[in-house]
Amino acid sequence: MSNVTVKSSEGTDMLRFIRANIRDYALLLSLLAIMVFFQFTTNGTLFKPVNMTNLILQNSYIVIMALGMLLVIIAGHIDLSVGSVSGFVGALAAVLMVTWKLDPFVSVAICLVLGAAIGGMQGYFVAYHKIPAFIVTLAGMLVFKGLSLTVLGGASVGPFPKSFQLLSSGFVPDLFTVALFGGPFNLLALVIGGLVTALIIYFNVKERREQQAHGLAEEPNIIFVGRNVLIAVAFLGFTFLMAQYKGLPNVLIVMFTLIALFVFITTRTTFGRRVYAMGGNEKASKLSGINTERMTFLIFTIMGALAALAGLVFAARLNVATPKAGLGFELEVIAACFIGGAAVTGGVGKIIGAVIGAFIIGVMNNGMSIMGVGIDWQQVIKGVVLMLAVFLDVYYKNKG
Amino acid sequence: MGAAPILEMKSITKTFPGVKALTDVNLSVMPAEIHAVVGENGAGKSTLMKVLSGVYPSGSYDGTIQFEGSERHFSSIADSENTGIIIIHQELALVPLLSIAENIFLGHETASHGIINWFEAFARTKDLLKKVGLAEHPNTLITNIGTGKQQLVEIAKALNKKVKLLILDEPTSSLNETDSNALLELLKGFKAQGISSILITHKLNEVLKVADRITVLRDGKTVDTLDTHTAKVSEDRIIKAMVGRELTDRFPQRHAKLGEPIFDVKNWSVFHPLHAERQMIKSVSMTVRAGEVVGIAGLMGAGRTEFAMSVFGRAYGQKISGEVLIHGKPADVSTIPKAMAAGLAYVTEDRKTYGLVLIDHIKHNVTLANLEGVSSRMVIDEPRELGVANKYRKDLAIRCSGVFQATVNLSGGNQQKVVLSKWLFAGPDILILDEPTRGIDVGAKYEIYGIINQLAEAGKAVIVISSEMPELLGISDRIYVMNEGRFVAEMPAKQASQEKIMRAIMKSWDK
Repeated sequence: MSNVTVKSSEGTDMLRFIRANIRDYALLLSLLAIMVFFQFTTNGTLFKPVNMTNLILQNSYIVIMALGMLLVIIAGHIDLSVGSVSGFVGALAAVLMVTWKLDPFVSVAICLVLGAAIGGMQGYFVAYHKIPAFIVTLAGMLVFKGLSLTVLGGASVGPFPKSFQLLSSGFVPDLFTVALFGGPFNLLALVIGGLVTALIIYFNVKERREQQAHGLAEEPNIIFVGRNVLIAVAFLGFTFLMAQYKGLPNVLIVMFTLIALFVFITTRTTFGRRVYAMGGNEKASKLSGINTERMTFLIFTIMGALAALAGLVFAARLNVATPKAGLGFELEVIAACFIGGAAVTGGVGKIIGAVIGAFIIGVMNNGMSIMGVGIDWQQVIKGVVLMLAVFLDVYYKNKG
Repeated sequence: MGAAPILEMKSITKTFPGVKALTDVNLSVMPAEIHAVVGENGAGKSTLMKVLSGVYPSGSYDGTIQFEGSERHFSSIADSENTGIIIIHQELALVPLLSIAENIFLGHETASHGIINWFEAFARTKDLLKKVGLAEHPNTLITNIGTGKQQLVEIAKALNKKVKLLILDEPTSSLNETDSNALLELLKGFKAQGISSILITHKLNEVLKVADRITVLRDGKTVDTLDTHTAKVSEDRIIKAMVGRELTDRFPQRHAKLGEPIFDVKNWSVFHPLHAERQMIKSVSMTVRAGEVVGIAGLMGAGRTEFAMSVFGRAYGQKISGEVLIHGKPADVSTIPKAMAAGLAYVTEDRKTYGLVLIDHIKHNVTLANLEGVSSRMVIDEPRELGVANKYRKDLAIRCSGVFQATVNLSGGNQQKVVLSKWLFAGPDILILDEPTRGIDVGAKYEIYGIINQLAEAGKAVIVISSEMPELLGISDRIYVMNEGRFVAEMPAKQASQEKIMRAIMKSWDK
């Protein structure tokens, strides 16, 4: 029996594979569907270069925080304080740079370290005193909301120095000045897009080679090729659009680097593996010699630093620190993770999922605003989408 | 017997995936009778009671249940309770922060239109407490009274539900002598009022004190029903019925080559993690040689797991004192990573809760305790990890569709092999295996014994905790007997027998 292998047809293989990975594809397809939907309802505004640039700028801080939040959620915790912390750090940045006239680079460094310290402090209570993260970060949410009011004295502080504004409003300068497609064209953006595409495809092919060498390549050829073509089209198309406006925003580079870093951490490092393990079964992980307390502490520290970075990006974009900055961010960040397939019980979730989740929310915000949907209905619709996404997830999981 | 039995369970057969828990079990209880059900751990006592009380609903087992002359098909605990069959579990089902009265009436509140009449509840509670002989105020919180009294509250709760057949699962396991005797007297009192009881217990002296008849279960079968009134029944007679099974070659052959002692524990004492005054482990000392398999025998609750986990990086208990020597030198085992670095491994008895990340696949579980072994500078080398997982899959014959199969979908035996792989890959010198074959079919058991033998042959010290005495006798070189947190006997396996072990346990109780 054992040496007789039944050659199954390509078709059933493909169906089985799609069924096993339906979650990932459904998520990506949902994003595409939502984008196409808004492309029509906004009469083609959504995909306009200037709007795509806006979309990136508007969502960058949500995406940045979603990276850390995903780690927190995989580990089986939650962080409700990220909105307040990002607002507080933005306020502090304003005081450092505008009121005290401190050097922007030094200020940014101070802010990031402070964010990490805030996260670490909350993590300390969660990890070593076993206080539920929900409580600790709920307290943090109130504390830092209050502190940002205090720091700013209840008023808005700005504008920021030019060099700091570049974090959000700057673009990667063009090396070649050409005019194409009826206007100035940022060729560098397209070149970078091409390079990144090539790099991603190179890594994908390399991984597939390794899988094939070990007889593990489950993904049918057609899907593998299709997936890579889609990636190429998406990246090149996206950078092509961006090139017609001002090129690639600085914050996009920051965001993209962080996404790549966190994908690497979660999939390839011992740290990432341990986060999944402790979320999947904390007791078993502890008995396997994993220092779960230190892991929790580190995860919250990382979350704090990312919340600080997001606060800086947001402040630089508005060019002013307001007491209202960061209000409600935590909800969008958490929603992004859950739409992206993270499990409330921990142990499950992917960085790419959280990023796509963030963009689903972002595109909806953007599209509905252009359509003129009121802020009230926007919230209702986003709430329904979150509920629906998680419901479908749970429903299909239970159905097997 | 003239009267008709109040309960008659006939040819009860209950099968779990891969395991036959009960085979043609018969049990009949007369009106106003105290009927003891005894047997080793895993003999099927709890399963039988779960069938009776509707935890396993009608239809999930074969056989019939007759109660008060008519056939019953219970589909839930509520069903059996409504007919007057009430079970009191070993782990009490009381809400700690509610009062005695609130607990007794929980779910059956003395209410009209949803509004509770506390005066009535209070008065009736007082009445019930008097019946069970508990002198406590009905408003006392459960958390403020001891285990013995909590047990009485459970019984009062049962009385409130108009109990006709009371089932007590190990009611005295956490009680002291005085409380135990009071409880047994209470059962006799109920008997006088016409209430029947089924008493499940390991303590044979208690059985002989109160039981009218005794049903002995072994390996999921009824092996004997003894009547204490018609014949003289001794503890030895019961023990023989409980354990009397032939030992064929269920254990692979091994020739022990003992080396130097590599693992010593001296005067190990541990207190309960929550109740600081309760000493769980009382000055235990042991020594294990390289290449030796040492068994720890004992009944459930003897403190074996607590001992093992407290040694393994203080994973259990507080106020731990004592010394651990590894290779003759004092070893620091104060945290789990340190214990692992010192060469210890502990394979848990509860692999689903403490052993595996069930949602994850075999490969990730195998390397979890030694990720450094498949990574450099914190980056995991995937091909190397895959190689390791596949090696153990082959070595331990883990039956799966591949190392990417989620461990939740494996059978018990294969799950256990994954846990063993994890610890083998961590490369320990001393392995503590806690109930390594629990819930595993016979074939897989044999394979696990083979792995244990290989480990011993490779010069490792292996400590096996098991409630299955034939298993301990079959695989160990030496056996420690544990009861109530103490080692009460030590014997070479060649001179040990199940009767000897049981007697050592019983004798320690008599003291």
